[in-house]
Amino acid sequence: MATPLRFTSWTKALQAIALVVAVTLSMGAGNDSARFQDLSHRLMCTCGCAQMLGECNQMGCAESARAKAELTTAITSGKTDRQILDTFAAKYGATVLAAPTTKGFDLVAWIAPIAVFAAALMGTILLVRRWSAGRTQLPAEPANPEIDVLREQIRRETEAGIEGGF
Amino acid sequence: MAAFGSFALLLALALATYNLFAGTAALRLLANGRPARISSDRLADTARRAGIASFVAVTAAAVALVWSALTNDFTITYIAEHSNRALPAPYKFAALWSGQEGSLLLWAWLLGGYGFILRLTHKTEVKLHAYAGTILAGVEVFFLAIVNFAAPPFSLLKGAIPNDGNGLNPLLQYPEMVIHPPLLYLGYVGFTIPFAFALGALMMRYPGETWIKVTRRWTLVSWLFLTLGIVVGMHWAYGVLGWGGYWGWDPVENASLMPWLTGTAFLHSVMMQERKGMMKSWNIWLIFATFMLSILGTLLTRGGLVSSVHAFAQSSLGTWFMVFLAIVLAVCVLTYIFKRNHLKSEQRIESLVSRESSFLFNNLVLLTACFVILWGTLFPILSEFVEGSKITVGAPFFDRVAIPIGIFLLFLTGVGPLLPWRAASLQAIRRNFLLPALAVWATVIGGIAAGIRPWQDSTFDIGRFYALVAFALAAGVLTAILSEFLRGAGVIARQTSRNLFAAIYLLIRRNTRRYGGYVVHIGVVVAMIGLAGAAFNRNVESELALHDRMGIGPYILENAGGSQDTNTNYNSESVLLDIYRGGKRVFQVAPERRTYLASDQPQTMAAIHSGPGGDLYVIYEGTDSDTGHPIIKALLNPLVGWIWAGLVFIVFGTLVALTPSLMPVAATVRMPAARTAPAEAALKGGD
Repeated sequence: MATPLRFTSWTKALQAIALVVAVTLSMGAGNDSARFQDLSHRLMCTCGCAQMLGECNQMGCAESARAKAELTTAITSGKTDRQILDTFAAKYGATVLAAPTTKGFDLVAWIAPIAVFAAALMGTILLVRRWSAGRTQLPAEPANPEIDVLREQIRRETEAGIEGGF
Repeated sequence: MAAFGSFALLLALALATYNLFAGTAALRLLANGRPARISSDRLADTARRAGIASFVAVTAAAVALVWSALTNDFTITYIAEHSNRALPAPYKFAALWSGQEGSLLLWAWLLGGYGFILRLTHKTEVKLHAYAGTILAGVEVFFLAIVNFAAPPFSLLKGAIPNDGNGLNPLLQYPEMVIHPPLLYLGYVGFTIPFAFALGALMMRYPGETWIKVTRRWTLVSWLFLTLGIVVGMHWAYGVLGWGGYWGWDPVENASLMPWLTGTAFLHSVMMQERKGMMKSWNIWLIFATFMLSILGTLLTRGGLVSSVHAFAQSSLGTWFMVFLAIVLAVCVLTYIFKRNHLKSEQRIESLVSRESSFLFNNLVLLTACFVILWGTLFPILSEFVEGSKITVGAPFFDRVAIPIGIFLLFLTGVGPLLPWRAASLQAIRRNFLLPALAVWATVIGGIAAGIRPWQDSTFDIGRFYALVAFALAAGVLTAILSEFLRGAGVIARQTSRNLFAAIYLLIRRNTRRYGGYVVHIGVVVAMIGLAGAAFNRNVESELALHDRMGIGPYILENAGGSQDTNTNYNSESVLLDIYRGGKRVFQVAPERRTYLASDQPQTMAAIHSGPGGDLYVIYEGTDSDTGHPIIKALLNPLVGWIWAGLVFIVFGTLVALTPSLMPVAATVRMPAARTAPAEAALKGGD
């Protein structure tokens, strides 16, 4: 029954790690100034400069000044980050959000990179393991001090960088 | 001059077309081996000479456009739209690549230039060069067709000729803009050469790995130019865009990073083919992908598919690039299908813990990074297609997804060179990894003790966490590389009784590829430290009346007054800020706002003071509408200088790697895959 037990402990460990990661990632900036910094870098400026709200430096940009004032008001009124982002998205459209949400089709944007990387990683590991398992193993060599001396010499020479290279 | 330029472009197209068709006919004759009225050699030679003449013609066109800019020939639409009389001469010269038509002409000219060198050096491998030259001619025909018919740079202005032009975009009136686009294009265009050689070698079933040796320098030089172009572009963005950052994940920036990533993957995995005869199909597809990504990037940005802050981005050239890309893909796929038997690997990877595996994982991470960037860049289009509405995929997405990948890559940069070829024994791992592992943990402890704590004021700062991990890994990688240098130099010092520095010099000269590569890795690590340092950037914004003060980090900024200036190109207004540190006035900065007269476009010019503690970056944002006082934004970017320092190492390392070694590299003896002697497998050596 060792396998199910090990599976359970692995599952618990993964759950614990996931919980720690979720908690740490969900911890937001605490004070208003930090929240403003954070949120203004999660929203786009609507003036057409293709920059984030916190970074729009278009001279005389009325849009960013107005949006920043709205953001400040929303923060001081006690709204959560989620509520503020939703309000902006409802008012200016989904393009005001600097990154896809985690709802609906937007979620695919986040999942695909992880899924592709995981699949490629697993594929590579399995392929190399299959290759390495497929090669013929040589029987262990008997101890030979002379060969050992020769190998040590080869090691020293190769470490001197005589062969190979980028 | 417009007529001369147009004629030169038409002539260049005709010559390149002859090069393509005559070259193809010559190669067919050669393949068939049948006697013909004209020998295949002579036909191939006329094709080659036509290619050389095509470069001369396109050079004449480029000179004509620059000359038109320098002489204010506003009868040409392109000059009227991108230059003006008061524009300084270097920027008039840069007008060649400041707009759509001109930048495509630059592309065609650089392609012709690379082709010129290739065709002059044809005697090294005549048949392979004939294939590569003909493929290159196909690409040249495409770009010359575009500048002749779709985006002609010499089209004449309709209506009255203006007395002055619209002027150059203010964002482009910056010294780095004179060198950034040509460097970037040298990189993009340069990858056409290894692509042409790879496709040619596959078409002709070129025996062995000689094509890789022939193209190695081309690939390295192209990679170097692309790297330089990207980093100089970052420096330009940092200096001129006035937001204190250097990378905004704009589609045009992403388009340059994608071929860089696949090109980097190719440079690594191609070593496996050289040494072990492995990954032949993989390498062929990496170089195909690198070339196609250069074209795809251009399609994405110039075709108007995605929105970009770059001015030249929107145009109607998308269809041209789409058709060309489809043709290239079809040629690559068909050639691969018919010739894939030629690409069978001679050996296979024997262990997960080996140099070969590390190259494989390095490729995996680089390609994942490339996919993530492509995915993020294309997702707005996909979302619009599926949902019917466009969304933004900006910096927060890329930062969140790409930073962990970058950290994993940093980890592999350290691990890869420490692993032996074939398989690693536990003893070898212990011996090679002990010092780097100590350096990693020492940095973690030292970093936390110095205040780099991811958790502060009961909140978790993911940026600081990544920074700490990046610093620790960077310390490990640097320790690993330095110990490699010292170990090798120690052996040489003992053998030749040289001092350590002379031994290091000799060590590098003996194997420039290996140690040049290490220096490049040092550069990448140094740049990564600079990138990770962004977690510690600070900023403050305030309205400053005369003699008002604001503080950031160790600095106090005091408004010491303002000044105004005017010249024929722009009017400027600046705020003079005295900077105090420890109560003492240490220097003065003058952030500026300019209004360019020809275009009537405003522009902020940040004042940047670089010191050992980092950059003090000051922006004059404007004046308060009620009080009339200037609004100043100051940023303290402590490690940004490391990014530029990293580039110096990368350039130096690449130049070292391009230099021939003092003594020939020992011949590689390929062992049969199955015969792995345990002790031999534990040996560490090679790259």
